[in-house]
Amino acid sequence: MTQKNRIESGGQIDRSQTHSFTFDGKSYQGHPGDTLASALLANGVRLMGRSFKYHRPRGPLTAGSEEPNALVELRDGARQEPNTRATTTELFDGLVAKSQNRLGSLKFDLLSINDRLSNFLTAGFYYKTFMWPAAFWEKLYEPVIRHAAGLGSLSLKDDPDVYDKGFLHCDLLIIGAGPAGLAAALTAGRAGCDVILADEDFRMGGRLNSETFSLGDASGADWAKAVVAELESLPNVRVMARTTVIGAFDHGIYGAVERVSDHMHTPDTGKPRQILWRIYTKRTVLAAGATERPIAFENNDRPGIMLASALRSYANRFSVTADNCVAIFTNNDDGHRTAADLHAKGIKIAAVVDVRSDAPRNYDYEVLEGQVVDTKGRLGLTFAEVKLANGTMRTLECGALGLSGGWNPNVHLTCHQRGRPIWNEALSAFVPGDHLPAGMTVAGAASGEMSTAGALQSGVQAAQDALDLNDEAPALPQAEDAPVNLKPFWYVEGCSRAWLDQQNDVTVKDVKLSHQEGFRSVEHLKRYTTLGMATDQGKTSNMGGLAIMAELAGKTIPEVGTTIFRPPYTPTAIGVFGGRHRGQDFHPKRLTPSHRWAEEQGAVFVEVGNWMRAQWFPRAGETTWRESVDREVLATRGSVGVCDVTTLGKVDVQGTDAAEFLNKIYCNGFAKLDVGKTRYGLMLREDGIAKDDGTAARLAEDHFVVTTTTANALPVYRHMEFVRQCLFPDMDVQLISTTEAWAQYAVAGPNSRKVLEKIVDQDISNEAFPFMACANITVCGGLRARLFRISFSGELAYEIAVPTAYGDALIRKIMEAGAEYDITPYGTEALGVMRIEKGHAAGNELNGTTTAQNLGMGRMVSKKKDSIGSILSEREGLNRDDDLRQVGIKPVDAGASVPAGAHLMSLTGPIDATHDQGYVTSACYSPCLGHAIALGFLKDGSQRLGERMRLVSPLTKVETEVEIVSPHFIDPEGGRLRA
Amino acid sequence: MIIEHPLLGPRDAAEFTYLGDARLIDRPDWQSETAAKDFFEYGYLRDNPAGWHQELWFHEAGDRSWLVITRNTITHEISKVELARDVARSRGRSK
Amino acid sequence: MHDLKTITALGGAEPRIDTFPHITISENDSLALASVAARLGSEVECNKHMQAILGSVPAPGQAVLREPESGFWMGPDQWMIEAPKETHELLADDLKARFAGCASVTEQSGAWVCFDLAGPGMADVTERLCAVPIRKMQTGEARRTIIHQLGCFVVRRTGADHLRIIGPRASAGTLHHALITAAHSTA
Repeated sequence: MTQKNRIESGGQIDRSQTHSFTFDGKSYQGHPGDTLASALLANGVRLMGRSFKYHRPRGPLTAGSEEPNALVELRDGARQEPNTRATTTELFDGLVAKSQNRLGSLKFDLLSINDRLSNFLTAGFYYKTFMWPAAFWEKLYEPVIRHAAGLGSLSLKDDPDVYDKGFLHCDLLIIGAGPAGLAAALTAGRAGCDVILADEDFRMGGRLNSETFSLGDASGADWAKAVVAELESLPNVRVMARTTVIGAFDHGIYGAVERVSDHMHTPDTGKPRQILWRIYTKRTVLAAGATERPIAFENNDRPGIMLASALRSYANRFSVTADNCVAIFTNNDDGHRTAADLHAKGIKIAAVVDVRSDAPRNYDYEVLEGQVVDTKGRLGLTFAEVKLANGTMRTLECGALGLSGGWNPNVHLTCHQRGRPIWNEALSAFVPGDHLPAGMTVAGAASGEMSTAGALQSGVQAAQDALDLNDEAPALPQAEDAPVNLKPFWYVEGCSRAWLDQQNDVTVKDVKLSHQEGFRSVEHLKRYTTLGMATDQGKTSNMGGLAIMAELAGKTIPEVGTTIFRPPYTPTAIGVFGGRHRGQDFHPKRLTPSHRWAEEQGAVFVEVGNWMRAQWFPRAGETTWRESVDREVLATRGSVGVCDVTTLGKVDVQGTDAAEFLNKIYCNGFAKLDVGKTRYGLMLREDGIAKDDGTAARLAEDHFVVTTTTANALPVYRHMEFVRQCLFPDMDVQLISTTEAWAQYAVAGPNSRKVLEKIVDQDISNEAFPFMACANITVCGGLRARLFRISFSGELAYEIAVPTAYGDALIRKIMEAGAEYDITPYGTEALGVMRIEKGHAAGNELNGTTTAQNLGMGRMVSKKKDSIGSILSEREGLNRDDDLRQVGIKPVDAGASVPAGAHLMSLTGPIDATHDQGYVTSACYSPCLGHAIALGFLKDGSQRLGERMRLVSPLTKVETEVEIVSPHFIDPEGGRLRA
Repeated sequence: MIIEHPLLGPRDAAEFTYLGDARLIDRPDWQSETAAKDFFEYGYLRDNPAGWHQELWFHEAGDRSWLVITRNTITHEISKVELARDVARSRGRSK
Repeated sequence: MHDLKTITALGGAEPRIDTFPHITISENDSLALASVAARLGSEVECNKHMQAILGSVPAPGQAVLREPESGFWMGPDQWMIEAPKETHELLADDLKARFAGCASVTEQSGAWVCFDLAGPGMADVTERLCAVPIRKMQTGEARRTIIHQLGCFVVRRTGADHLRIIGPRASAGTLHHALITAAHSTA
């Protein structure tokens, strides 16, 4: 029989269409407008899952996002998503869902044995039981617990969906599209303000869709529909359904997740599954409504027992009843509303059990003064045991039981900025406190305004107040205006296995036990019992726990206080926080001007500070990277090589004080550098540690081009702006990054001049353009360019730069010009080998712990001028004679390797940290020398050249005898540079 | 957070990079007799108050201005935003 | 005259154009760019030259859109000048001569990639890219912002739904990918 619990008519479902779906492999049917939970209930399925700890059978408690129980694994394959709330999952054709947290079938869960062991599985069970022996934890306890507990399972496949991020701006953000939110939106929208109206539901209207009372002449649902239609027609209003505002952040920034494609089988091509919106708003109206709370009694968790308001939602909105015979247990008038609505739809009301003696009795069904004290039914409710006020017992036969313990305003977002809610005695609930997030006003049930008329009025008022509107308020329809009549009642006395937190299986007994064991703070109670720590964050359970705690401690509920509400408001997929920044798009790629050409050459690329740099250029027949790198080094040193060095940071420094400015940022002097010359500069941090190094080329009296290392380009620029703006604000100096403006190539090797002479339009003979010269030049008959005679490799070398768009053409031109000298492109590996051979420090040596002294450049730090770091570099601790000094290292056995990171120990002493003498920073194989070489730091190293030591790497179990040598392995006199 | 940039109006804090205590503007005189001590204190001894604090922020994804922001580190309330260059000048810094 | 040919930021011989029903994304390879920063103490003089070139000095957060040169504010006393490459290949040199020591001029032509977004979907696409309040943005507003972790200038040009995005050239491919992705998302 299909949809046996579907009510004949009514509801906001489209009966003209049918959606087929499966749950645990069995096929069912529902309609557009259904949720998975409503469709399952329509088909007579109450049992939807098993509980977390005791594996108790569970069905939905609610009809909304506060749901603790009806969690399913939605979809299959890579899109399988665990812990999805059936109560908010919009039904679509072909939906596939599975129950979770079971071993065996849902009806015969083998782990339901835990329920029989419940005496042992109380609060703190894990803390107490799995303590000893410690070794058992990892090997035995944890795997077993992990297997048995936990919620649904992941697909363990890559998420095939994509997620967007986006940014929205408005005058007024309205959170929640119930009566208060709609009234606020109408007020602000008609006044012409920029409004965003967001609601987590796929149908706007909030409780209006779940109630039978009318607004003016229309049903609540129809009124909502008409208002939404008007709002959608206004160009200044953005209506966002399926959008949950998950957090209130500083200064009017809100996070919201829009579920774009979750109601579809698969997202449309190119479309995101969800969007994380960052909403900037001047003012906010929080109209998030309220959540009904249950009452705790023995065995109150059977499928079929749910919130009275949920039964009403299912009946009125989805046209579904959980069973054809329903009982209600209430402490307030609202429970009777459910009975009346259901009764009007022809559903049998077994009785309304009200704890109050003055309960309203003007209905066509039986009202009993008393309490529901226990229930029966293995996989779903069959009987409720009632203890009447006169002490007699009565058994009610019913398949559904609605609980109404009063309503809690949804204050969550009011507390995301350190706000605390305050207690309202009349409602027996917390309402928003005074310390709201900046710009927020609360309206409707969220503010404790529980009637529809009150909600509408407060929505209008909130919008007017927020935006300071004097326009005429929209005419409000006549609406229900019932007062709240409630007698606080949280749990039935004497109960123990009465569930408070159904998702984490926390009972009244657990709360009592934790009190008995001394947990007095609500934050401790939460963590010890796990009350409110599940995916629903205790939306239906925290208040019950607080009430019991208050009673046990002899305090009031507000004295006990709440735990802190934190974002996100409802569970949020991690994927949406990542957005598009995933895989290849994790961060931007930067391509060098020669990238396309390098690809054509078959270069292997490596990522350096987001740059894709050619690492080496393999040639046919080369089987290892070393072969390629060795060839590139030998070819460069033997004739000529070319390398793209665009990635070095470049900063244009201009102004009449430019030289003085460089004097401040570099520890060595620049004031006297001649125009047309380049100088190496070492930059210190204020604490005297080396920060970065590079060159400064003086193109004019008032114009320098400064280079930084590739990785430090941005921090160095930031630092330079700090020095300019914050320390020396009256210096005439202007800075701008030009890293990407110029394509720059290093042309190195004894034949480099001959190659460049064919390209450069000017005389670049050694006399005309000596070592460290720089100039604005032209190339190829007139293209503006820059030439620097600087060398990282130790060879005769130049760096030549042209505007980036010409970079591709220039590299091809250089290759053409160099063909007769067998010009060889080289990558970062060969670059690294050559700089180690030459003994140049790089990032490995400037590693944030080393000083100029360590680097052997102590004498560069000028004492005659003020520069960043000069004073603190003189500190005693940084100037010890036996301090680390940069040295060269080579193995005694030419065949041995020298691992970077290895430590230097004496030949005979013990190998431990106390006897550590230094370490290797950079190592490579030198094809020129035919053995491994390395740079490193050694205590008093410059005095120990020729000494033999042991190089030890306990990690890789390498121990090599090495000799300490000068760090300049190649051409120590620098003759080649000046050739 | 939203930072009211003195020239550009409200900007998302995501566009900025944080440095810390605005006392970093008060770099000591390198020629003072107590320079070593002064620089030590400048470099290492800074306040980290729970409450109102003057901080340096750099508008990296914006106009590249350094700003001095007076912010309550508990509530994130921002009471004042100034161009650091103006603050530096007002504190007597020049060249 | 040299014979070196340029390639576009996306690496093509011709600029790339991507057309969607709601938006057209065009790589604009025709711009010459140079930054101008007033020298300390020469601000007034610098502004005079700026006014002579653009008609007025772009205020913070603003652009002045003129032909052939236009310009936008980059930072305190610093502006970017745009002009057609075809006629202004040596823009930086020309400006340097014009400003004659009252401003620091730096060639920027090679540093940036420019994309022009136009079409009724421009605002929807922009909302998926950056925090600029695009629906409030008036013609002539210019600001630096972050798009896919990249610092970019966003300039609201004349003409309905025309937005110019100027981003770091080395990441042209990443930026283009982000724009195309947002266009697909909002199609």
